[in-house]
Amino acid sequence: MKPILAVEKLNTRFETFAGSVYAVNDINFELFPGEILAVVGESGSGKSVTMLSLLGLLPGSSSRVSGRAQFSTAGIDVDLLSLSKSELNRYRGNHISLIFQDALRSLNPVTTVGEQISESLITHLGYNKKKARRHALELLELVGISQPDKRYSSYPHMFSGGMRQRAMIAIAISCKPEILIADEPTTALDVTIQSQILELARRLQRELGMAVIWITHDLGVVAGLADRVLVMYGGTAVEIAPVDELYENPRHPYTEGLLGAIPSIANKGIKRLVSIDGSPPDLFQAPRHCQFVWRCPYAFEPCWQNIPQNYEINKGHYSKCFYDLQNNRPRTEV
Amino acid sequence: MEKENGDITNNNSTGLIVDEQEDRSIRKKIQDLWRLLWRDKSGLLGLTIFLILVFAAIFAPMLSPHDPLQQNLIMSRQPPIWAEGGTTEHILGTDNLGRDIFSRIIYGTRVSIMVGFLGVSMAFSLGMMIGLVAGYKGGTVDNVIMTLTNMVLSLPYLVFVVFIAAILGNSLLNVILIFGFTDIPIFVRVTRGEVLRLREEGYIEAAMSIGQKTPVIIFKHIMPNLLGPLITLATFEMSAMIFYEAGLGFLGLSVPPTVPSWGNMLAEGRQYLTIYPWMSIYPGLAIVLTGFGMNLFGDWLRDVMDPRMRLMKK
Amino acid sequence: MALLLGVLFMVFILLHITGDPVSLMVSRHASPAEIEALREELGFNRPLMVQFADFLTDAVQGDFGRSFRYRQPAMGLVLERIPATIELASAALLMAILMGVTIGILGGSNPNTILDSLARGLGLLGQTIPTFWLGLILIIIFSLHLGWFPTYGRNTFVLFGMHLPDKSIILPAFALSLFTTGQLARFTRSAVLEVMNEEYVTTARSKGLGKMRIYSRYILKNSAIPLISIIGVQFSYLLSGSIYIETIFSWPGLGNLLAEAVSTRDFFLVQATAFFTSLVVIGLHLVTDLIYMLVDPRIRYR
Repeated sequence: MKPILAVEKLNTRFETFAGSVYAVNDINFELFPGEILAVVGESGSGKSVTMLSLLGLLPGSSSRVSGRAQFSTAGIDVDLLSLSKSELNRYRGNHISLIFQDALRSLNPVTTVGEQISESLITHLGYNKKKARRHALELLELVGISQPDKRYSSYPHMFSGGMRQRAMIAIAISCKPEILIADEPTTALDVTIQSQILELARRLQRELGMAVIWITHDLGVVAGLADRVLVMYGGTAVEIAPVDELYENPRHPYTEGLLGAIPSIANKGIKRLVSIDGSPPDLFQAPRHCQFVWRCPYAFEPCWQNIPQNYEINKGHYSKCFYDLQNNRPRTEV
Repeated sequence: MEKENGDITNNNSTGLIVDEQEDRSIRKKIQDLWRLLWRDKSGLLGLTIFLILVFAAIFAPMLSPHDPLQQNLIMSRQPPIWAEGGTTEHILGTDNLGRDIFSRIIYGTRVSIMVGFLGVSMAFSLGMMIGLVAGYKGGTVDNVIMTLTNMVLSLPYLVFVVFIAAILGNSLLNVILIFGFTDIPIFVRVTRGEVLRLREEGYIEAAMSIGQKTPVIIFKHIMPNLLGPLITLATFEMSAMIFYEAGLGFLGLSVPPTVPSWGNMLAEGRQYLTIYPWMSIYPGLAIVLTGFGMNLFGDWLRDVMDPRMRLMKK
Repeated sequence: MALLLGVLFMVFILLHITGDPVSLMVSRHASPAEIEALREELGFNRPLMVQFADFLTDAVQGDFGRSFRYRQPAMGLVLERIPATIELASAALLMAILMGVTIGILGGSNPNTILDSLARGLGLLGQTIPTFWLGLILIIIFSLHLGWFPTYGRNTFVLFGMHLPDKSIILPAFALSLFTTGQLARFTRSAVLEVMNEEYVTTARSKGLGKMRIYSRYILKNSAIPLISIIGVQFSYLLSGSIYIETIFSWPGLGNLLAEAVSTRDFFLVQATAFFTSLVVIGLHLVTDLIYMLVDPRIRYR
């Protein structure tokens, strides 16, 4: 199957007074139509920056993005990173949508929720105000907001946290996008609301047939939601695998650490929870070797000398590590 | 067993690296700060201008080429040196009574600096105390203080000051007292705001919860954090006070007309505006220069004192 | 209302504790006996609270005493001067908004460019040049040297039965406006800068909206909210500043009246002017709060 989005050698750098920040380093991944790809990693690992880079949403003056991001769907085949701002506007919110973590801060406080849904429809689909309103009401209904008529003319601060996130989702799916990127949309919500939103996302994904990139740092969420998982560390994708395979057979020490840090019924009483020692890498340095090396319990000489390549472990399972975790020894090719 | 061993060694080694990183980041922060200071030369310029003014005020008798009060009708209405008919004797010319404008401007710094410095010191110390009480005590005390403060702040300041000055009459002491008192509310408001903000901080709450005494909390934990914002405020207020003093002088409500001050000089100059414009131009320039210097310095202080600014651009 | 009473009381108390109003009225050479006689005549020797009650009853009836100089009720004199001051301050505010807000928006949306430096420079300029000196300098340049504008006075022309000021308002209004222009440029710049970094602007961009729409519905609409309160405060600065400008340009408004009343030691007139100026300013604060509530939905529904 042809990927709907193919990202190759994506690099993002920020220029600051204190020097360059290497936020995203050589990321490659593919997204297939209709799948849910979870992107996991700790804060500062470059998850959000990667997505913002793809859509040209980083501040233009201080950021440098390079690489390719081929977006291909019916009748469209473009490299998102080569588009100008106005060309990009045809895709953003229309073919590719984003929802953010903090819905309160992500919604315009001084216009009504309804208007914020309608404006996407007016901009991309050329609806008139009346038609946009009618459609927006349907969308509010679809995301499970009761009394859409009344809610249409409410302001964001009048909504509860869960409702705001539903409204954000309504905005994001308004133009039936092929790709929905969700940047930790449930982190700020309490647990019951969280599962409602997850349920909603899954339902909508099936109904609309979207491909979804779900960013989170919660591996517990990932298990029940994603088809595939991409693990990020230090601005790069260290492991990518189908979800079951990743849980059963993690091949990167960082993934192994992450999994060891989740409490689960299965390993109750057998293993103690393991934390990963140390702190994330200093992004002010251009990476010259594996970024996890400072915290890696398996690190050996080559890890300090080269950046590991993407080793294929099984079909669709890649890991960027010189150490063969399965056999507990360095890879033979190193 | 083997793994645990590995864990321990790993622990040690990462611990070491973390320390090193922290050490580097502190050094980096200091370097950043220095870079910030050095980058913003306008702050240094502002400070230099201010210091020159203080110097001029202190050493006025030595710096002035003439006695600022010396009238000399023969030499009156001399234009400045670069205009036609100007002399090296009076570089900025003379006024309608033949007094040397340059010397009068130098002596004028004394009034300005004195009013600005003493007025702000008074408002600073009283305002800080009242603000501390309001912010720390809270409740009715706070309510009463803040109601009064907001009432005064909602008045048109200049009208208010003109009004009081008109009643009190012209004298240096009166002017200082007027500004010293009327400027209190601003310091109260800022102090109280900071105190309320600081009380929310974990370490103040912690100090309170372990039963530290109120004076200890105020002097050890709150005061040091107040100084930054208050000193910045004081710089701007001092510049504003110097302006208001000159303004009152201009309206004939500041120091007695015989005392050389920038405002008084402007008031005199205004009467001869159409024929001897230099009488108005140069004292005004002195005010502009002062305002310029103090504002640059204040902006710089604000940036340096504000911890949020130290993070710089993301 | 409580605020009004408070201000009334404060004006009154200030008047009496900061000094003896009689000393303002009589010449410096008056004998103690003369002063005492006047004090007796005006009732200043009575207890303070009695005086305040008296003052209050009179004030409610619109009696603020008589001006010594004009031999007329002070209130009438004040009321007839208010329109000219409002006119001057409004003209200045309009100039300041047109220039300051425009430059502020341009500077804030193009950080670290020449436009940005312009906005910051204008802010500094406004704070650095005293209004009263600027008035003098403008007269020297534009009236004396270039002869473009009259040096003083309010000249009018008649339109639909209204006496509107002609170009004679330009210099005083400009001199008065510079400080406010600078403040508005400064505040607009930082408000726009701040709003531009808000997450909802990123959302707007992620929705693929056009630049125009992002500016009008997101950036400007949100930046306007803090600006409203700034503009309210600035208008009261302008009213205060008119004391200088009206004196310099002999503009027949409240400021001119106050300066004149002060120099002629016209006690009741000073009191009435100060009171009414405060009244206008407080009224303005209320209006500002009202507009604020209308514009910010977060306050409206709280």
